[in-house]
Amino acid sequence: MTKTLTTLAAAAALTALGASGAAAQDATKACYIYVGPIGDFGWSYQHHQGLLEVEEAMGDDVETAYLESVPEGADAERAIERFARSGCDIVFTTSFGFMDATNKVAGKFPDVKFEHATGYKREHPNVATYNSRFYEGRYVQGVIAAKLSEAGVAGYIASFPIPEVVRGINSFMLGAQSVNPDFKVKVVWANTWFDPGKEADAAKALVDQGVDIITQHTDSTAPMQVAAERGIKAFGQASDMIEFGPDTQLTSIVDDWGPYYIERVKAVHEGTWEQHDVWAGMAEGHVVMAPYTNMPDDVKQMAEEVEAKIKSGEFHPFTGPVNKQDGSAWLAEGDTASDEELLGMNFYVEGVDDKLPN
Amino acid sequence: MGMLEAILLTVATAATPLLLAAIGELVSERSGVLNLGVEGMMIMGAVTGFGVALTTGSPWLGVFAAIAVGALFSLLFAFLTLTLVTNQVATGLALTLLGLGLSGMLGEGFVGRPGVKLTAIDIPVLSDLPLVGKLVFGQDPLFYVSIALTAAVAYFLFYTRAGLTLRSVGDNHGSAHALGIRVILIRYLAVMFGGACAGLAGAYLSLVYTPQWVENMTAGRGWIALALVVFASWRPWRVFAGAYLFGAVTIGQLHAQALGFGIPSQLLSSLPYLATIVVLVLISRNRRLTMVNTPASLGRPFVPDR
Repeated sequence: MTKTLTTLAAAAALTALGASGAAAQDATKACYIYVGPIGDFGWSYQHHQGLLEVEEAMGDDVETAYLESVPEGADAERAIERFARSGCDIVFTTSFGFMDATNKVAGKFPDVKFEHATGYKREHPNVATYNSRFYEGRYVQGVIAAKLSEAGVAGYIASFPIPEVVRGINSFMLGAQSVNPDFKVKVVWANTWFDPGKEADAAKALVDQGVDIITQHTDSTAPMQVAAERGIKAFGQASDMIEFGPDTQLTSIVDDWGPYYIERVKAVHEGTWEQHDVWAGMAEGHVVMAPYTNMPDDVKQMAEEVEAKIKSGEFHPFTGPVNKQDGSAWLAEGDTASDEELLGMNFYVEGVDDKLPN
Repeated sequence: MGMLEAILLTVATAATPLLLAAIGELVSERSGVLNLGVEGMMIMGAVTGFGVALTTGSPWLGVFAAIAVGALFSLLFAFLTLTLVTNQVATGLALTLLGLGLSGMLGEGFVGRPGVKLTAIDIPVLSDLPLVGKLVFGQDPLFYVSIALTAAVAYFLFYTRAGLTLRSVGDNHGSAHALGIRVILIRYLAVMFGGACAGLAGAYLSLVYTPQWVENMTAGRGWIALALVVFASWRPWRVFAGAYLFGAVTIGQLHAQALGFGIPSQLLSSLPYLATIVVLVLISRNRRLTMVNTPASLGRPFVPDR
């Protein structure tokens, strides 16, 4: 219904555009497609916070619209095309699964700018891609987990076996191994980005199997709540989830899209927008760690040091020697992984106790 | 707490919302009304239950409010389909869309706020019994409600006169009408019972399962409840079996993953659906019995003076 309402609003805006073209030219119209509801308090919520920051920063210079809970599939193409037709100057498609749909629609609307989050295809000059190096935060989480876990096992609730998620698991694992080479990670695939009930069930299953720290790559706050209930520790996802586990959350990787969105919408407004592929991390402020809580001072200090090293570029989470899961060599001593390798990552590093679904 | 007990407890939590919603829909369908709005009524129950519990501090008030809102929401459906004789399928779908959107709007202020949890009961000594203690004597109150409801509905439908009347309305509304049975009234009541149960199932999600409010938090459970009713061939205890089977396979596959069996997770994730369908189709394979159980007037509009 919200979706329908927004659609109606978009249609109304289209009519208004036809009626008074002059007025509409002043404001740049930025449109957003979300994969989940803006009330998920996770991934889509954070993108929407970015939209709100754009509104605040640009005032009358910008007009916004969004469609939420757009499924990754045939519907996505329709939704994106609807936006392109309704006078949007720039369309942000904020999920990996929108990649092909975005490029397809972009080919039909050369005057509209498209920005696709977390993807790698730029088939037309009006498509840009952007992503954040969340794996930097996951490395820090791994370090903390290995320092704190008494069981020596962490639970990892994963969504889909795409490079983004696999990279996160690997980075977490490398971080943990830097402290405890024998550290184990139990991975459970929820096969969904967002289903609080199922995420909670996955968390319960992991706790019942003896993990004492949980981290997640799904979007709801349910795993944090389960961890709090069972008295173990957990890492938040996408937003600061401390409210859901005041005595539970160790830290959270917070996605801060606001500054990027403001920069890009302004570029469209000023006519300086250009295609690019941005992959920014802690250094640029796209990946922010929520305060380190519920841990002893020495662990906190260690986490802060690792964070600072990654931020300054002194240390790359994927630094050799690293072997692949099957024991074959991947990165030699001192080598770091290239962005291409990271973006297409479809294998586990040595020590991950799971078979990668393909 | 042993592993098996822990698993069984989680299974009960996963099955209860499905059972609650499905048992209500079963009564509605037995009276001949197909309400595809279960998901919508459920999510309205979830947001109401959460909101009322959060503002008043009492989870029980939340539960009752969710039941009331579920029933009221279904009243809208009943008025449209029974009084104005709109198409049941289309109206039910509209109810789901409306519920999903409206709940998102109503719940905007609740996002990101930890909720109030309906706590499990705890009977000294009994709850501490090995294996069955927590399972039988230490669950959340709504778990017991769901079992009691199943028993009550099974008894009502097949052992009471009123239940027979309700089934007759669902089987042949023309004959029932000719016998002087108030078809429309009975259907109104059955639909509202279904709505109340869906509302309760929603409250279970936002007050017990995951005590929080997030949009779309039902995540398709209303549709699974609907399917369970059909595959259970409209029999209450089969619905119960289906809900628990679905819950058990869902939880079982998560454990299988955590244990690292090396079975593709996509296959494991689809197992609950496959297993539930296969088992319920097998137990319903007697065609003659299935025909007897299917409400013959299901989904057909009824206009008294025709």
